[in-house]
Amino acid sequence: MSKNISFVQGNEACALGAMYAGLDFYAGYPITPSTEIAETLAVTLPAAGKKFIQMEDEIASMCAIIGASLTGYKVLTATSGPGFSLMQEALGYAVMAEIPCVVANVQRGGPSTGNPTHVSQGDINQARWGTHGDHAMVALTASNHQDVFRMTVEAFNIAEMYRTPVILLFDEVIGHMREKLIIPDQGDIPLVARLRTGVKEGVNYHPYLAREDGRLPMSDFGDVHRYNVTGLYHDMWGFPTDKPDVVQGLLRHLINKIENNAHKITFHKSYFLEDATTVLISYGASARSALSVVKQRRSRGESVGLLELNTIWPFPSHLVRECTKNASLIGVVEMNAGQLTQMVKLAVNKPKRVSLINRVDGQMITDTDIKQILRVLQGRGV
Amino acid sequence: MDVKHYLRERFFPHMWCAGCGHGIVLNSLIRAVDGLGIKKKEMVMVSGIGCSSRISGYVDFHSLHTLHGRALAFATGVKLSKPALNVVVPMGDGDALAIGGNHFIHAARRNINITALVMNNRTYGMTGGQYSPLSGLGIKATTAPYDSIDRAFDTVELATAAGATFVARGTVYHVKQLQSLLKKAIAHNGFAVVEVLTQCPTYFGRKNKKGSAVDMLNAFKDGTVPVGSEKKKQNPELIERGIFVEKQLPEYCESYNQMLERISAR
Repeated sequence: MSKNISFVQGNEACALGAMYAGLDFYAGYPITPSTEIAETLAVTLPAAGKKFIQMEDEIASMCAIIGASLTGYKVLTATSGPGFSLMQEALGYAVMAEIPCVVANVQRGGPSTGNPTHVSQGDINQARWGTHGDHAMVALTASNHQDVFRMTVEAFNIAEMYRTPVILLFDEVIGHMREKLIIPDQGDIPLVARLRTGVKEGVNYHPYLAREDGRLPMSDFGDVHRYNVTGLYHDMWGFPTDKPDVVQGLLRHLINKIENNAHKITFHKSYFLEDATTVLISYGASARSALSVVKQRRSRGESVGLLELNTIWPFPSHLVRECTKNASLIGVVEMNAGQLTQMVKLAVNKPKRVSLINRVDGQMITDTDIKQILRVLQGRGV
Repeated sequence: MDVKHYLRERFFPHMWCAGCGHGIVLNSLIRAVDGLGIKKKEMVMVSGIGCSSRISGYVDFHSLHTLHGRALAFATGVKLSKPALNVVVPMGDGDALAIGGNHFIHAARRNINITALVMNNRTYGMTGGQYSPLSGLGIKATTAPYDSIDRAFDTVELATAAGATFVARGTVYHVKQLQSLLKKAIAHNGFAVVEVLTQCPTYFGRKNKKGSAVDMLNAFKDGTVPVGSEKKKQNPELIERGIFVEKQLPEYCESYNQMLERISAR
């Protein structure tokens, strides 16, 4: 058991998790409330002989990490709402060109400049559909610093395993709160290394031809294999094409490689769900308040449980359906206007059981807030 | 030399119109790389979106065809992560200086060792002939049917002011000079900008009654003079070509490595 205990902000926990995962290259642009991720890495990356660069904007930051990933590096950028909006086009490029990379979005109140120093979980759907066109997306979140660290490492693993961008959706409260973090020893959390091609020089290497297991071995820029990378629909050589069968095949591949492996990238925590007739579903900072409510109600003998989601996208519909099958009331606790509530309603039978328990004023949703709304939902008056 | 040695013949025929100047840039670029003796696996071409950007797909280098205007940002990631690679970024005029203007000035400011080509045909060819920030006053375009009232950037002055340490201008008529400029630009240790005047007979030429591709090439012959020429003093309308800036200043990746050495020496 490691004795490496720190007392850190969530943003620092993210930076430390990235270093643990083997981060080589960070490019970013300052923005509240994510800046501490950049500030931490501005110290730790050069100290480890690795690369840190502050770019001219978030667009450039996202582009730079994609370029660096192609040379064989593990890469990260971090931002918040407005910057995340600017990154959307290049995020789609990373989807299309299948570039492993991790993007941390420490959410703040939106739209627009919004509420920069206050908490929100309003970017749930932007993470899913912010970039244009059909696609799959992976987004992870966490409610405490141990999980921030863990999910950051898993984000890098998923990025490498599936050659995809992975979004870390944290929130301002998690990013700025300080709490204990036990940094695991190397090896405690398995790391996924870049899968590189074994094709020798002079033999045809097809950068976009998947192996039988669906994975696409990469070749670093600078190595012997020279190939084309593009955001256009492309064939197995990486060359642009608009042939209908190739276009459809690539789109289905991009979606299926994530959706068909959803069970492998679904992280969650269950609290008192076995006999729960009232099930709360939450994630991020709001899951802390939800857990507090569940524990209080349990101590009074009420059959209340909590499903905490660490994987937001792909949305774990099957898990949600399974965990709520005996529930007469499902409360989705989130700090937005009901973005994940819609997904829960789609996932369960009898969606009328599903209610939103939220707060959208930039303030942290408390256990008292949740209890008051629950009383109304349970018909026990205000 | 065998130009075909550097081409991906699988990806031909190219998509440029008959009479387009971009193929001359491609040829000059290949001859410059060959002349420098750079291995193909040491070359990376990073491009954005537009007719000019397709150049990266045709060469047998590592090629990264990215987003409109963002090529230099992608290229910065490639170069900083692996400074041993030679990074060349061909861009169109709109790509480099309209949507990509911010990345252009910041790459120049950093003096990162990247070669930026601005293939200036004064129009957005791929989208069908709209005016660009290099079209200039009085130009007809599909989005300037009553003549453009937008002033043009001077690429050389902009690059110089932003801090580029090698700045040159050539044309696709003056092919030998273009090869020489590209060779020097790629060999230069720092951010190098080469503006190449190239013709788009299909849109810019047709809209502005500039005649055939040959007429447009002849216009480059007649309308440009070497840097510092006496003719320019007599006729300010003439455009100078040649090297405008060539100086040595700390290069970004080298400065980064020096910083790493300072840290490890602590």
